[in-house]
Amino acid sequence: MHKYILRRLLYLIPVMFGVSLVVFTMMYFTPGDPARIMLGESAPAEAVEDLREELGLNDHFVIQYGNWLKDLIFNGDIGSSYRTRRPVSDEIIDRFPTTLRLAAAGVAVSVVVGVPIGIISATKQYSFLDNASMFTALLGVSMPNFWLAMLLIIQFSVNWDLLPSSGLDSPISYILPAITLGTSSAATIARMTRSSMLEVIRQDYIRTARAKGQVESVITNRHALKNALIPIITVIGLQFGALLGGAVLTESVFSIPGVGRLMVDSIGARDFPVVQGGVLFIAIAFSLINLLVDILYAFVDPRIKSQYK
Amino acid sequence: MSSANLKSQMVTDLHVATKKKKRSQWVAVWKRLKKNKAAMIGLVILVVLIVTAIFADVIAPYGYDDQVLQNRFQTPNSEHIFGTDAFGRDIFSRIVYGSRVSLQVGFIAVGIGAIAGGALGAIAGFYGNRLDNWIMRIMDVLLAIPGILLAISIVASLGQGLTNVMIAVGIGAIPGYARIVRASVLTVRDQEFVEAARAIGTSDFRIIMKHIIPNAMAPIIVQVTLGVANAILSAAALSFIGLGIQPPEPEWGAMLSEGRQYLRDFPHVTTFPGLAIMITIFGLNLLGDGLRDALDPRLRD
Amino acid sequence: MNGEQMLLEIKDLSIHYTTEDGVVKAVDGMNLEIAEGETLGLVGETGAGKTTTALGIMNLISTPPGKIVKGEVIFEGEDLLKKKAAELRKIRGNKISMIFQDPMTALNPVMTVGDQIIEVVKLHRKVSTKEAIKHTHDMLELVGIPGERYVDYPHQFSGGMKQRVVIAMALACDPSLLIADEPTTALDVTIQAQVLTLMKKLKDELNTSMIMITHDLGIVAEVCDKVAIMYAGNVVEYTNKENLYRTPKHPYTVGLFNSIPAPDVDEVRLKPIEGLMPDPTDLPSGCPFHPRCPKATPKCSQVVPENIEVQPGHFVKCLEYSEGGLY
Repeated sequence: MHKYILRRLLYLIPVMFGVSLVVFTMMYFTPGDPARIMLGESAPAEAVEDLREELGLNDHFVIQYGNWLKDLIFNGDIGSSYRTRRPVSDEIIDRFPTTLRLAAAGVAVSVVVGVPIGIISATKQYSFLDNASMFTALLGVSMPNFWLAMLLIIQFSVNWDLLPSSGLDSPISYILPAITLGTSSAATIARMTRSSMLEVIRQDYIRTARAKGQVESVITNRHALKNALIPIITVIGLQFGALLGGAVLTESVFSIPGVGRLMVDSIGARDFPVVQGGVLFIAIAFSLINLLVDILYAFVDPRIKSQYK
Repeated sequence: MSSANLKSQMVTDLHVATKKKKRSQWVAVWKRLKKNKAAMIGLVILVVLIVTAIFADVIAPYGYDDQVLQNRFQTPNSEHIFGTDAFGRDIFSRIVYGSRVSLQVGFIAVGIGAIAGGALGAIAGFYGNRLDNWIMRIMDVLLAIPGILLAISIVASLGQGLTNVMIAVGIGAIPGYARIVRASVLTVRDQEFVEAARAIGTSDFRIIMKHIIPNAMAPIIVQVTLGVANAILSAAALSFIGLGIQPPEPEWGAMLSEGRQYLRDFPHVTTFPGLAIMITIFGLNLLGDGLRDALDPRLRD
Repeated sequence: MNGEQMLLEIKDLSIHYTTEDGVVKAVDGMNLEIAEGETLGLVGETGAGKTTTALGIMNLISTPPGKIVKGEVIFEGEDLLKKKAAELRKIRGNKISMIFQDPMTALNPVMTVGDQIIEVVKLHRKVSTKEAIKHTHDMLELVGIPGERYVDYPHQFSGGMKQRVVIAMALACDPSLLIADEPTTALDVTIQAQVLTLMKKLKDELNTSMIMITHDLGIVAEVCDKVAIMYAGNVVEYTNKENLYRTPKHPYTVGLFNSIPAPDVDEVRLKPIEGLMPDPTDLPSGCPFHPRCPKATPKCSQVVPENIEVQPGHFVKCLEYSEGGLY
């Protein structure tokens, strides 16, 4: 098992390098002169040129990348925000826990809602419940989540004044954002769970369990579910990534002080180091989460577990 | 008949027979699709959308940028069936023209993804070994960045506008197609007819195009349908946060963004663009699911 | 049919499947019986309805699209088809067990082998977990697998061993009847022999009745006491092993024996039975075998043959042996 984890971590490293290269390349080709932006339009050309030298902006691409990478790895420094002059990493780390909590709430909603619906749809295939659930799930996937957010706000905050529409201070304030984030994901998980269950129910070993005289409910919840959930774990991991991306939009609409909103505001303010820093950070977080999911997968599926014992 | 004539006759017959079989395969798929009512609804929605986009000039009663400031914020009425927005523009017309933008983004972005991704996947699968390794690693890098964020990153660096949005979303779609095509290539590559084709001197390119890609068509078609949906959503999202289609171009996501500040007082400004997006994506999803079932009935339920 | 109380009697069983292409009459008015301690071979080609019959006995037919249209399955004096679901569950795995053809997929991959056997034990016996584990241990040993391996997962066993586990599981509650649906077809020939020997041994030791479904007449010769030949959803010949091998009566049975190449004779051509199995959505009129029968007459396409006892204990459904004959 340790070998497996080690191998996956080792594999992660080149991928992370790749991501950093992609992010850096984006930054490099962004229009505009960072020195000019920092000093302002009216600054004299020499001052700008001096700053460029100081920041190493005239060096060759590879050298700049190398320096940037060095700063990143050894100092955790990915540059400074044009607006606040604070290190980008500080800006992000300040806000990341909020985003993480939001994403976790979204995952919780999607699993708690999606999995049971998927199971019920599968066991009652073609029934009204099945069709209605899948229809609703499809609607959920089709709705842009920022629109859903707005609809929820209109209904629950404005019309009924029931739930808060901004910030993440109290437990109730989590409700609307979590639903917004989680809906599309819940729908996806419901559909995947349904198809996974349907596939498992057709397997021979389910027939064996029936031939042993086992009760149908136990067959569903023990025999079938255990097998069906294994591929779903991977889906949940991928959904986390989608949620981290979706958080960008949700945080905007609900004015939640997370990394997502930071990025959106920075886009408007042309504060590109923050934008790219945010992308890098989330990509790393996403990859680590996927790694965790894969490890979990190996634990849960005995066939894989014994491969790596 | 001489032996040579006989052989070429047989080859022609085989060729014709194969073509007939191919055509009847597609006919069978179409028949299965027709039976699926949900998929047909999706197809109708898509057709309506395409027609709307093509004939936008005829269908839309007003221009998409006709600002009449006295008519701001009108709720739906006989002159403006969807009402007007903050600048007095007819929302219905903007939605109609917006379909053009959405479809453009959808098809071109997916086109980029499918062609580039498909090519990479075919090369990776066909030549294997280190080339395969390298290409798939690059795909992993792209996949490590969640879709929206990758698009944001690319548009932030390339600049705003329709073209860059298409490129950004297209690049994000590449890994998906690469994987699909690579998987298909791997299943077919080691079969004997490929060896036989090589033995008679067929170029690799021809082998890939004639024999291997047709195998991959089924999953590619499904992915394309769902990909267009995803692309439209992504474009809307990008416009929503201010990266992407620039005003006054009518884009449904941008319309949602503009209407956001008036949510409390004039919700209708956001309702229609939101519905437009939702119905479009819904239809595409229905069609995509239906295609998946029709192309491989084994996968149904 | 000979005065003893039969363990299982199938009377006029019909099972239909409704598909897109029509109604498939998988089992059509079938009759069968088996006494205690007896091994009955159910022989037929693929599609003859053997597995469907077996599933029908335990009422395991998937109800859309299948349906038991009529008939009775009388087990130990009671009609199983009239029983409620809860009562049936008490019989399955307990009084009647079934093992299926493909051992590779018959076991749940995420449960240990031991857990799966313990499950059937605890379903039907009031024992503590410790006792259940001991019994599982013993059952594994009985089928030739080291008892400690009950903590292992199915993928850690070979195909032959998996099938032994399945057998252990099926016999764990000492059933009166074991239905084995082609249990060795998916295995290598050498493993086949091992598993068959095991099954024979267990059958003798535990005095279990067995229905052995197979298409292999060699297996029938090894293991069975009585044989029923199935064709197009119906039993066309039924008798004990000796009669069947020495004096087969039904033209289909004769054809089956003739199509086996004899190793000691120099054959120039194989002698298959002409024609193909009938389309189950469109069975021939009269005797279902008549299109392929070398002895068929016009009457065969009009009259459905009845079950005739041509010798004591030997039953055939063929007009040649019925009153009025072929003409």
